[in-house]
Parts: sequence; C-alpha cells; structure tokens
Amino acid sequence: MSDKTLTLNQFRTLRKDAWWKEPLLVVVVLGGFAIYATWAAFQNAHYYVAPYLSPFYSPCLAENCDHLTLPLVGSWWNLSPAFLILWVPGGFRATCYYYRKAYYRSFFLSPPACAVRDAAKNYSGESRFPFLLQNLHRYFFYLSIVILVFLWWDAILAFRFPEGFGMGVGTIVLIVNAFLLTLFSLSCNSCRHISGGYLNSFHSAPLRYKFWSFVSRLNLRHMEYAWVSLIWVALTDLYVRLLSMGVIHDLRFF
Amino acid sequence: MAAQDVNMRVWRGDASGGGFKDYRIAAGEGMVVLDVIHAIQAQQANDLAVRWNCKAGKCGSCSAEINGKPRLMCMTRMNTFQPGETITVSPIKTFPIIRDLVTDVSYNYEKARQVPAFKPKPKEADGTRRMFQEDIDRVQEFHKCIECFLCQDVCHVIRDHNDNKKAFAGPRIFVRLAALEMHPLDANDRIDLIKEKAGIGYCNITKCCTEVCPEHIHITDNAIIPLKERVADRYYDPIAKLLGLFSQKNK
Ligand code: SF4
Ligand code: SF4
Ligand code: FES
Ligand code: FES
Repeated sequence: MSDKTLTLNQFRTLRKDAWWKEPLLVVVVLGGFAIYATWAAFQNAHYYVAPYLSPFYSPCLAENCDHLTLPLVGSWWNLSPAFLILWVPGGFRATCYYYRKAYYRSFFLSPPACAVRDAAKNYSGESRFPFLLQNLHRYFFYLSIVILVFLWWDAILAFRFPEGFGMGVGTIVLIVNAFLLTLFSLSCNSCRHISGGYLNSFHSAPLRYKFWSFVSRLNLRHMEYAWVSLIWVALTDLYVRLLSMGVIHDLRFF
Repeated sequence: MAAQDVNMRVWRGDASGGGFKDYRIAAGEGMVVLDVIHAIQAQQANDLAVRWNCKAGKCGSCSAEINGKPRLMCMTRMNTFQPGETITVSPIKTFPIIRDLVTDVSYNYEKARQVPAFKPKPKEADGTRRMFQEDIDRVQEFHKCIECFLCQDVCHVIRDHNDNKKAFAGPRIFVRLAALEMHPLDANDRIDLIKEKAGIGYCNITKCCTEVCPEHIHITDNAIIPLKERVADRYYDPIAKLLGLFSQKNK
C-alpha cells in the first residue's frame, strides 16, 4: 500500500481532457459580443439605412432617433437611443438560465468545468444578492416579447423601400433575425413554466398542455438558439452599419 | 482483442490520507473498469476496497471518478480509452472516504429523510383517485434515478464547499422533490422547504449534475429549473401574486 501522504483535496482536478476549451470559447464569443454591442450602442450613428433599422436600436424611442418608431422620450434625451432599450434584451440574456450556466462557468469559474474546483473559496450561489435577482428572469421575458413585436414590425418595414415595395438581402437578414429571436424567446425556461409548467395536472388544461409541450420541444434546443440568435443579431447590426457607412451595398432582388 | 495489459492508477487510502498506486494488469475483451478493479483485487491487491452490486448500471453502488470524471465503473468500457493510457480511478470526492474506493454517502440519506413523503389527495366522489397519462409522463423520468449519487458528487456547491452541506440538499434530492411536487395526486406543499431547508438558491444551474447522470435524467431543465420557477412564483413574483397567476388553485 502506498504511503498516506496525500488527500484528494490537494488536486484541483484529476481530469486529463481539455476541459478549459469550452469556458475559453465562451469567454471569447460572449466577451466579443458584449464588447461589440457596447461599442455599437455608443456609436449613435449608422444604425438606420432605409428601410433597415438595426435591432440594437429597435424600437427607437427618442426624438433624436434617425428612424423614430415611437416618440416616447423627448428631445431632452441626447444619449444614444440604444440605451433606452438595450437593457431589455441585455437583461433577458443576462438572467437567462442557459447564459447563467455559460458565464458562471467561464467568467466566474464557478465551476470552470465539471469536477474542476471552483476558483472562489466561499460560495452562496443565487441564494443571496446580487444573484438573487436572477429570479426576475420572467419579467425580462415579458419585456422581450414586446421588443420582439417591434423587431417583426421592422422586418415587415424592411420590404418598404423609398421607391416602393421591394426586397433586398437586408430584408432577409432582418426576417431571420426576428425569427431566431422568436425561437430563443419561446424556448425560454420561464416561458415553459408560464405556458403550463406550473400545473400539476395537465389533463384539466388541454390547451396549456399543448402549449407547454410545444415550448418543451423548443426548450431542448435553447442553448443552440441562444448562440445562433446572439451571433445573428450582432451580424444584423453590422450589416446595417456597413451599409450605412457605404462600405457594402445591399443586393436587391426586386 | 486478446487480453492486453493496461495501466491503472488507483487511489489507496483512508480518512487519514492516501495516494495513487499503479497496477499493470491483463484486461480481456469487453471488460469494463469494474472488471479490471476486480482483477487487481483478485491478483495483486486483495485488500482493495470497492463497492459494487449489480454490474449492470442499475444499483448505483460502483460510483467513482475515472480520469477525474464521475462515472459508474461498471458502465465504463475499457475500449473507450487509448491503448497504453494510464487510467486513474479515485473515490467520489464529495463524501468522506472510508477506504480506497469506498466512501460514506450517508449525507444523501440524511437529506432524503427531510423530504415529506407523498400524501394522497382525497378520493373523488365515486371513491377512486384518477391519474392521466399526460400528468404522469413528466414525473416518470425522475423515477429512473438509481441513487448513484454521481450528481451529488459532481455538484460544486458541496464538492468544493463542504460547509454548504448543511444548507443544500443537492440535485438528487431536487429530482425527488420535483417528482413529488409535480405529482397530480400529491397534497403536500414543499415549496418553502425547497427554498429554505433544501437551499435551491445555492444551485447556479451550471448543469454538471445533468452531464454525469447515468440515467440521462434532465436534472437541471426538468427538475431544478421548474422548481426554481415555482419558488419564484411564491417569493419573487409580486405581479403574478397580485393577479393570482400560477397559483395553487390553478393546479
Ligand atoms: S446544476 Fe445545480 S445542482 Fe446541478 S451540479 Fe450544478 S450547482 Fe449542483
Ligand atoms: S439523478 Fe442521476 S446521477 Fe443523480 S443519483 Fe439519480 S441516477 Fe445518479
Ligand atoms: S431566455 Fe434562456 S431561460 Fe429564459
Ligand atoms: S455495480 Fe451496480 S451500478 Fe455499477
């Protein structure tokens, strides 16, 4: 028998595989998105080129907007109108059950990967402030549905060119964006709960059971929708931005 | 494949400490890690302690960490490793070690004892109770649990913070709580317990429990998150309370 010089607690992990790859990838992609989105929100320019409105600025609510959706905020607002609304999708994703997993692992190293020790010595998870606030996720879900309606509205407006009805690559970009964000929003775990998950007896609520079953099927892919919609929404902004800056030109189908 | 020598690095020790010991032993075709551990026990280390029972992935006894990953030894095939690779086998880390690969898992039973049992609702007028398939489908998944406690072992809340054991029940217990809470004929209310005594707020849904479950139970998505949402209904959603949404009477 070997000498008793060690305890298992001395090992941070006994895993030999590349467990650090996944958290690293999340840091790069999520971090990259956060930096791009913040930069784009600060720009306060190149977010509209008829008939396309960047999703980072939709709905555009301030009178200083290049393309006003609803005049809710007066001319006293002289910051970027993106800040008026970006906290909704931002908060929705920040409190999303999937993104929580992603950033707790990769940014907080809590844990960095399964069976790899937490970086922090003390841990109380979501039982205390500030992470207790994650419980407000469903409110962000409701607000995101409102934003989503506007994004579909933008997608419809993307057929309305200055010279009349038409369709360009940008139209498709905006439609796909609204569609992916719909998949992401409907597959949300809070949506699953609200749509019927809170029930103990589905038999007495056949409609809610149907909706719950539908959302449950979407929910299986929530992670995939989270990433695809995230990347696409950034690309949509980038597309509109480059068009507006004159770097690229929109291909018109008709 | 004929018998081939494999390199095993097995944890030997007890509560006072220990270390890894290397064994080189012949492994035949179709063997699983548990077979190799048994071969070491039979041929080279008669005093090697290991807990097992069914060798079929159904009793949940042979939980260990193989190359640092929580697994069932009887369900981990030797041919999934690279030839020549040294395979590390250690006891599940979250629980006090008794000897070699055997740990004291009583924490899990103590936590299970705190869960109020099923309490049937009153019978219907005709003297029976009815359940419907769609109502039972959801909780059926939770009954697949074999109590291997691999989820408990991997959960960082207690794995890396031993002092949280007082305040946190662990994923296996949430699976049990979900099975009871979502049961159409159960009359007990465990929401307060789930929040307070079981400490569901400690879970940060990082999903390692789901990753290791040998029964592929969707522990986080189907048990823990729905329970967190039910706790939110009662404690963190004043608007729903005001409007009477998601309330007991609708269930
Ligand atoms: S998801 Fe929660 S219960 Fe499961 S391992 Fe992670 S912290 Fe523990
Ligand atoms: S839920 Fe899965 S991992 Fe946890 S004890 Fe049951 S079978 Fe094992
Ligand atoms: S948006 Fe991801 S869980 Fe709600
Ligand atoms: S021996 Fe029963 S699960 Fe492995």
